[in-house]
Amino acid sequence: MSTFIDLYNYWIFIFLMMVGFYIVISQGNLVKKIIGLNIFQTAVFLLYISMGKVKGGTAPIIMAGDVSYSNPLPHVLILTAIVVGVATTALAMALIIRIRKAYGTIEEQDIHEQDASL
Amino acid sequence: MISSHLPVLQVVLPLIAAPLCLLLRRSSLLWILSFAASLAAMIIAWLLLQQAGSSGVISYTIGGWAAPWGIEYRIDTLNAYVLLIVTSISTVVLLAAKKSIEQEIPQQHWPMFYSSYLLCLTGLLGITATGDAFNVFVFLEISSLSSYALISLGRDRRALTASYQYLVMGTIGATFILIGIGLLYMLTGTLNMHDLAQRLPAVAQSKTLLSAFAFLFVGISLKLALFPLHLWLPNAYTYSPSIVSAFLAGTATKVAVYVLLRFIFTVFGADYAFSVLPLTEILMLLAVAAIMFASISAIYQSNIKRLFAYSSVAQLGYIILGIGFLSVSGLTATLLHLFNHALMKAALFMALACVLYRQGDVMFSNVKGLGKTMPWTFMAIVLGGLSLVGVPLTVGFISKWYLVVAAIEQGHFVLVAIILFGSLLALVYVWRLVEQGYFHNSEEDHPRQEAPLSLLIPTWMLVLANIYLGIDTSLTIGAAEQAAQMLLGQAGGGSP
Repeated sequence: MSTFIDLYNYWIFIFLMMVGFYIVISQGNLVKKIIGLNIFQTAVFLLYISMGKVKGGTAPIIMAGDVSYSNPLPHVLILTAIVVGVATTALAMALIIRIRKAYGTIEEQDIHEQDASL
Repeated sequence: MISSHLPVLQVVLPLIAAPLCLLLRRSSLLWILSFAASLAAMIIAWLLLQQAGSSGVISYTIGGWAAPWGIEYRIDTLNAYVLLIVTSISTVVLLAAKKSIEQEIPQQHWPMFYSSYLLCLTGLLGITATGDAFNVFVFLEISSLSSYALISLGRDRRALTASYQYLVMGTIGATFILIGIGLLYMLTGTLNMHDLAQRLPAVAQSKTLLSAFAFLFVGISLKLALFPLHLWLPNAYTYSPSIVSAFLAGTATKVAVYVLLRFIFTVFGADYAFSVLPLTEILMLLAVAAIMFASISAIYQSNIKRLFAYSSVAQLGYIILGIGFLSVSGLTATLLHLFNHALMKAALFMALACVLYRQGDVMFSNVKGLGKTMPWTFMAIVLGGLSLVGVPLTVGFISKWYLVVAAIEQGHFVLVAIILFGSLLALVYVWRLVEQGYFHNSEEDHPRQEAPLSLLIPTWMLVLANIYLGIDTSLTIGAAEQAAQMLLGQAGGGSP
């Protein structure tokens, strides 16, 4: 039981990831799908951030004496992934705007019906 | 000494040229800049293949930071071979791009098109050249994001939804890969592939390693359009501008196959990958399903681009089947078909670009009587189609031959039958085209109007490559065999 609680950050990661994934699959609204995708990606950011954290560790700054510090590398890696996530969201939003202009709707169902009626 | 910087130069050149495109307005200047960048990358890839063939592995440390800490570019025969595929397809496709783009894309988007194209090329080359697992993810996203943008430039409004669908599925795939890489880092504390390969055997029993492998496998399979994760591919290829279809069909999925090979054989090692999961069975089953299902779907399409998109999914089945055999001849077949399928699909989509240029659409009704009105274009489609079927004297025959040999070696006679049956199905859909083109006359009496030479010449360059490399196979088979032996040599234990 105690390991279960000790690893709470990983449970949160899995929970958020599944919530995001479920939203992507279940929602028909294109914007909501992107929100789900964002939650999904954010969950992975949490995975990286918690794997770098050392209990009782400080920021990795050179100080006098022997101090334990958190591993900065995963945090730096995830900065890159955050940037990628922002770019993906921006591109998706731009696409949604153009879809809205072309179809007059952002509901997946309506778009399918319009395409099928051609 | 510029020659020592070649591994990074072929990634950096298109990367620098991409933003420069946004400063230019004239179509010809844009084209010259992009073509020069792509051509330079192709020459470098050629030199790298020569170097890797003679001196083995080329290791390049970015910024001089030593390998396990800094980012390393690691070129061996396999990389160099894939780099050559990507750059040569990109260069030949770009030859035709100017004319086709001027017609299909509104003028204000030209700089954006060339810029995204070069970024996509950068991403694909980066994925292939790098020896760092996280770098793979970064370049993967560069190429993916730019390919979403390229697809959305299509004229049909369905291009937008196709691009959106690809974006959602592609991001899920990339995020899975990110999770897998994160778990590997948790276990080993390193991101360098070579370093990972040495440290992973120590933690081979770990459940975390198993889940890392599963996440990477599914994520890469999404990018690779492995059946049943191929749903994004038909729409994306159908509605994107024809040049983009030709480029992506020839390169994007091939690079994803390379990533799969790299992770299975170099990072995890075939011993681990094939023992912890029934990978042989999984790969063979999915490959057979892809060949059968996608070939049959292709027969029922009325849009020809869509037909060839489904056929791509089927051909990826053949490529994956070769990995499942876990033998030198199987992997050789996989690597050969990577090159050969890139050649034939690029040739076919380029020929469709010619059809689209004159006819405005690529439905079956558009090819009626095309054998008379556009004889050279149609001849290119027929020859590309024959290569797809695997007729002798074309490249398609060579790779199917190796695949059948690999299947017979291991006594999989059912698979031999399926490979041959898949070829028959390909013959059915190619024949439907031939019939429309040669034996039906179009209702209206079109005068003979061939596609412009600037489209026709690159198309025929690819078609002739299909035939030439089907007769003189020393270049492709030599490199493919060497790379296959290297991959399996690593699987046998120890590093090269």
